[in-house]
Amino acid sequence: MTGAVIVTDAGFAADDWRGSRLPLGDGLPANAEAVDVVPVDDVATLAGHLDRLSLIRVAFPNSADGRGFTLARRLRAMGYRGRLRAAGHVLADQYAMARRAGFDEVEIDADLAARQPWEQWQARADWQAHDYQARLRG
Amino acid sequence: MYAYTDFDRDFLAERNAQFRAQVARRIDGSLTEDEFKPLRLMNGLYLQLHAYMLRVAIPYGTLNGGQMRQLAMIADRWDKGYGHFTTRQNIQYNWPELRDVPDMLDALGEVGMHAIQTSGNTIRNVTADHFAGAAAEEVADPRPVAELIRQWSTDHPEFQFLPRKFKVAVTGSALDRAVTAAHDIGLRLVEREGEIGAVVLVGGGLGRTPMIGKVLADFVALPDLLPYLEAVVAVYNLLGRRDNKYKARIKITVHENGIEEIRRLVDDEYVTRRAAFNGADMQLFGKISADFAAPDFVDGAGDYAAHYADDAIFRSFVDTNTAPHRHKDYSILTVSLKAHGATPGDATSDQMRVLAELAESYGHDELRISHEQNVILPHLPKRHLRAVFDALSGAGLATANIGLASDIIACPGMDYCALATARSIPVAQEIATRFEELKLEHEVGPLKIKISGCINACGHHHVGHIGILGLDRAGVENYQITLGGDGGPDAIIGERAGPGFAYDEVVDAIERLVRAYLAIREGADETFLETYKRTGPAPFKAALYPASEKAHAA
Repeated sequence: MTGAVIVTDAGFAADDWRGSRLPLGDGLPANAEAVDVVPVDDVATLAGHLDRLSLIRVAFPNSADGRGFTLARRLRAMGYRGRLRAAGHVLADQYAMARRAGFDEVEIDADLAARQPWEQWQARADWQAHDYQARLRG
Repeated sequence: MYAYTDFDRDFLAERNAQFRAQVARRIDGSLTEDEFKPLRLMNGLYLQLHAYMLRVAIPYGTLNGGQMRQLAMIADRWDKGYGHFTTRQNIQYNWPELRDVPDMLDALGEVGMHAIQTSGNTIRNVTADHFAGAAAEEVADPRPVAELIRQWSTDHPEFQFLPRKFKVAVTGSALDRAVTAAHDIGLRLVEREGEIGAVVLVGGGLGRTPMIGKVLADFVALPDLLPYLEAVVAVYNLLGRRDNKYKARIKITVHENGIEEIRRLVDDEYVTRRAAFNGADMQLFGKISADFAAPDFVDGAGDYAAHYADDAIFRSFVDTNTAPHRHKDYSILTVSLKAHGATPGDATSDQMRVLAELAESYGHDELRISHEQNVILPHLPKRHLRAVFDALSGAGLATANIGLASDIIACPGMDYCALATARSIPVAQEIATRFEELKLEHEVGPLKIKISGCINACGHHHVGHIGILGLDRAGVENYQITLGGDGGPDAIIGERAGPGFAYDEVVDAIERLVRAYLAIREGADETFLETYKRTGPAPFKAALYPASEKAHAA
């Protein structure tokens, strides 16, 4: 694969999103169907728009920056039920965290996909097992 | 004590299997050290000056005899026959081989212990009052709350990559032996209108910018505690600085944004966090609490009073090393790991086995590790104190110095630590040896000396009555002294006394301070700290810097 790789519980795949994507920035354009969120964005400004969004893509500038996990939780708590993607420097060992935080999928570049092949992600794809949070939240 | 459920055991086995595979990938070269680093840190494995170091959590400082025996076995089999108890209720093994670490973790797992989240920018091992469940004046046992937080924070998907490390401490006593005001979050359990809840402090911490925690909430009822903690950490995760690791702790976030703004953000966040919990956590809490039910205490002190009256050495040991227990015929016994001249916090495998044996034979099978790097037998019947004292004496563990000048907290310093700028352990050893030679420390009374070998302050020097900070000045060790710090309920950061001292001047300087105190105290009942608060620093500075005082006067 040469382009971006989408990781889901089922394996690696090419990106099937064909629509446009707009940055959240200072506000959401009225016609947006998908939005790019960076860690400093205030996702509260998406309230009221969530129903018409098909994809929210949260950037992970580097694997040590965990802000995206909290943004995902917030979006889910606000009621977003659409496709939620973690995009950028996410490691195979973080896959279970991303899924548990509410992401549906992870987008990585071809280079990272080559260094961390599917087997390494698959090893963490049983993210619903051994989950203290699920136990505490009932 | 908490007994691991099948869930806990399965979680730990799975986690250890993951790490075993990661170690194999490191050894066969498919992981570089850079790639391996975050993975090993999540499992408590550091690369130190000379070797790897494995930091094992002793959650809220509680363990039983079987667990202590296993720590001894691990020390013998995979390390050099000893371990080092730290200021955060952990034990560190300083000499493991990388290939052995997965086996060490499995051995820990066999007794319900682990090294998860003892490092990295995540919620660390939750600490608690080391007299929990035993202290006479306790409001509530902090350990069930600490165990609930351990489960909530373990592998929490949102909080494994915070701006910086995050430390939580819990106390259930107004005496606050857990130093809650020096933690990212400190919880003080209190009772209000018949209900137990927590005063929540935030933004305390030592390190290069010492700060005392501020009250974020004056009462959070237990059913609301996890959502409230989650709100605090989520706010920090987004707001904490990531541009400068020295400004990344929540104490700086609180300082820069103000406690009112943090409270507003937390209260906003709390609404949705609360809705995500449906009470399952409180059902678990009920089971956890049942595990921590007090042992069946047995009445009767036997011939304790006669031993106490007849033997001055035993009497001194009891007076110095025991504290009041909730049951009249019991004591809380602190066993000093600070024999004069020894490395503070080190215990040999033989000593660990002696302590395990004593806990099993006499102490309801309970042990505690204190942040002051000592071991506690929390439930010791007075009728057995004499036998325990004799056994401890035979193992070199009967030093009667708890709370005295030689009961020093010291970080590992330059003997082990890659961050250290000066030695700590030898300074502690030489101070302790000096006071032993002078036979002065019982006359001096309560005195907390704390030593850090660098600005990161792992030795808690800021809250020592006398704090010592070892720095590097152009390649030469230099020791700054702070005075008047206090790690108790009304925590105070000590004040720097003046210019630092060379390595070979420190012990004399400390002796001058102590002699100055003895000269000016208003009787034997006035402690060092009380005298300092009454007189201020002037007479102590005069003792520290006699030559410069004269120069100033001339």
